[in-house]
Amino acid sequence: MSTVVLLCITGLGLGALYFLVASGLSLIFGLMDVLNFAHGALLSVGAYATWWAASHSFGYPLALLFGTAVGTLASVALELGLIRPLYRRPREQVLATVGVGLAVPALLSAIWGADARTFPVPGALAGTFTLLGASVPVNRLVLIGAALVVLLALRLFLGRTRHGLVVRAGVEDRAMVTALGIDVRRAFTLVFAIGGAAAALAGGLAGLYFGSVDPTQGGSLLIFGFVVVVMGGLGSVSGAAVACVVVGLVQQFANYYSTAGLGDLSVVVMLAALLLVRPSGLTGRLA
Amino acid sequence: MSAPLLSVRELKVVVGGRHILHGVDLDVAPAGVTALLGRNGAGKTTTVRGILGLVPRSGSVRYDGHETVGMTTHQLVRRGIGYVPEDRGVFAALTVAENLRLAERDADPAYDLVHELFPELRQRARQAAGTLSGGQQQMVAIGRTLLNRSNRLIIADEPTKGLAPRVVTEVAVALERAAQAVPILLVEQNLALVRRLAGHCVVVADGRTAHAGPAAELLADAEKSRTLLGVGRRADAATGPGGDR
Repeated sequence: MSTVVLLCITGLGLGALYFLVASGLSLIFGLMDVLNFAHGALLSVGAYATWWAASHSFGYPLALLFGTAVGTLASVALELGLIRPLYRRPREQVLATVGVGLAVPALLSAIWGADARTFPVPGALAGTFTLLGASVPVNRLVLIGAALVVLLALRLFLGRTRHGLVVRAGVEDRAMVTALGIDVRRAFTLVFAIGGAAAALAGGLAGLYFGSVDPTQGGSLLIFGFVVVVMGGLGSVSGAAVACVVVGLVQQFANYYSTAGLGDLSVVVMLAALLLVRPSGLTGRLA
Repeated sequence: MSAPLLSVRELKVVVGGRHILHGVDLDVAPAGVTALLGRNGAGKTTTVRGILGLVPRSGSVRYDGHETVGMTTHQLVRRGIGYVPEDRGVFAALTVAENLRLAERDADPAYDLVHELFPELRQRARQAAGTLSGGQQQMVAIGRTLLNRSNRLIIADEPTKGLAPRVVTEVAVALERAAQAVPILLVEQNLALVRRLAGHCVVVADGRTAHAGPAAELLADAEKSRTLLGVGRRADAATGPGGDR
């Protein structure tokens, strides 16, 4: 029983990381039709900025805030500087994001080395607590809590604000939004900022989960972020939330009860099976 | 005709390497309804989309005395244009109320007028627009343009296409009411409606302007109507030349 509880909490923690990556990816693709392969780089930027700040006595909450802010700024700069000039050239746009996705880890390696750096996990989050006989790391709850807060905030943003309304409409028909006199490019920048913030937050929290940061962490999590986005339905935040739980749990249970590595394979098989039955994913709509 | 509110000259549109418009000229008077007519595939919808900048265009589109070809669609629309697209352009996942709210530009949107003309929209405010009938969706699309009193031009692309006769009447009344305050550029295949509403008409054929003049005059001339619009002897037949690209 205790093993099942531990696998569930760990799976949900991993799923929370996937959700933070996937929610931004999903919004960006849904609204802008941009497959942002640089999203993992934004996670890495957030991870390293959080690690750097935490290593310089910022304190973890402040370091996490700093890392998220740096990731958000990097995301806005990416949209304004690279994505926007290429809106009418989708092929070049994909290549540009792939380029950034490769360049940022290389840059991080050049500055801080390719080896993993130990993440300074604060004492309060380093311990465990007992739940139904299982010794569960506290930081898993932090990850799950953060993902729930982001999910709630996104739902409130999409459902209760005018900017959210523009984003939801833009996911359906971007041209019609502009034909109503709305500058949809502002929504693009906003969505990139939100996506970048969530990815950078995931980076800062990934340090807690893995206990270290390394330049390739973003790329690894991005793959499962894409799996979650496709499974949840492109453009659907709620779909991504459901899919990340499924992916996290399947991965953990398959890895534990079979051979290590089979979890990743199980996720890919599950994705293929789902797409055969429901080509538009679990929901195929936004929020 | 007094100085036109919208003046289009040599409008050319190329989509996917294919020339759709070769040079359309048209004027929209500062009052009343101007009908844009033509056979299937003549280029009526592309003309409208070209005017609004929804497709890459060249030529001249002067609105309210200003050249707009260099403007983006949202910049042009914010100068006071309401647009009812051919496919209605409602956002299916959004509610009726959200569809209308999205179109608000004025500080004091004219919900009273919209609900007076289309009382169903008030009753169905919380219903997803995708679950409405075609007629109700058209009410949403037209309601969005009527919401802003600051609109100085309405462009409606086949607003009665595929609608039941009862709804066609409701749409006609709404357009008639709107035309009392705002000039309308109306793409329409229902020639009975054109006769009822339009003072002036422009006919496009093969991506060019083929005719411009009083609408009543064209519709009264059976031979000219047949040649330009492809309709039979009854030029005021309820069903006209059909849809458009």
